[in-house]
Amino acid sequence: MKRIGRASFTFSQPPRIVGCASAVGKKEGEGPLGASFDRVFDDNLLGEDSWEKAESRLVTEAVTAALEKTRLTAEDIDAIFTGDLLNQCIASTFGMRAMGIPHVGMYGACSTMASSLIGAAVFTASGAARRSIAVTSSHFSSSERQFRYPLQYGGQRPPTAQWTVTGSGAIILGENDSTEAINRAQITAATIGTIEDLGITDANNMGAAMAPVDVKLTP
Amino acid sequence: MPEKNNDRCNFPSQQEYKQMTDKASPPSPSAMNLPRAFVVGGLICCIGQGLTQLYTDVCGLELTQARGATSVSLILLAAILTALGLFAPVARFAGAGTLVPITGFANAMVSPAMEFKSEGYIFGVGAKLFTIAGPVLVYGISASVLYGLLLWLTKLIWG
Repeated sequence: MKRIGRASFTFSQPPRIVGCASAVGKKEGEGPLGASFDRVFDDNLLGEDSWEKAESRLVTEAVTAALEKTRLTAEDIDAIFTGDLLNQCIASTFGMRAMGIPHVGMYGACSTMASSLIGAAVFTASGAARRSIAVTSSHFSSSERQFRYPLQYGGQRPPTAQWTVTGSGAIILGENDSTEAINRAQITAATIGTIEDLGITDANNMGAAMAPVDVKLTP
Repeated sequence: MPEKNNDRCNFPSQQEYKQMTDKASPPSPSAMNLPRAFVVGGLICCIGQGLTQLYTDVCGLELTQARGATSVSLILLAAILTALGLFAPVARFAGAGTLVPITGFANAMVSPAMEFKSEGYIFGVGAKLFTIAGPVLVYGISASVLYGLLLWLTKLIWG
């Protein structure tokens, strides 16, 4: 690894994306990307008895699907970086408890996929892990409960309100020169963003609150 | 390579960003919302008036009793609609039209009860039942106590 700026570095042995998978809810399955998801569930509870348990299942499903597609098992993974939006990141921790993969929990709201992917990439590129997984999840109904109002509450959504995705995505990273990694996309560099607060206080305009963090990447 | 934070992209100030956000955020469509709220809110009031009429003329209740019975009926109706998942779609259309009458209060009590049932009856329903209606009750009751006190004092002084 080589530092090329205060917050940026390049990998001398870039880790490669050896597999990935997604598990989503009904609305996402009906959307324009519907055909590209691996597992689509028409029941947003996934047969569970709470939204939180349903989100946990999405995490399990995404990781299981990614392993199956790559013909790997949980034993082949040395580290998994997970995160979600719920208190104590319960969706991903409960989703992963049966798999026995060494686990690093992360919280970064919308940036969780990027930060978990950077963490997994650093682990894999440095040799701390031969293969690692980055996975995140969210669920519309569990997010509404966590951050906003009960689902049946008759409040109005302002035009700036956003809809939280019901879904989970998992990416498996492998060492650059491993056989399964031949010709796969590689992660060559990473930049870590800073916290930028531009004073947006409207809980119904999450996009405006988070946009500065997403764009301000100073090398 | 420079080690210090190098701003090349002209990052906006808080004030500039607020202007950008205001410009990019569509306003609430008041021209549409106001008539909707007026029609639906008025309709609920008409139903209430109709019920009061029914309770006095047909059931033979006194006016004050009939008014109480009307409130109870509207609360029941809103609670049932909430339970069936029909209240929120109507409220999304009508806005303040359903929120302001007593129907909104009923919905604000029933929807947390449904939502937090999965966390159990004590720590879920019991603890979070007043999540939305709580502030209204706290300040509503506090204000009425205050006004009651003022009324009592004025009567005491000026008889």
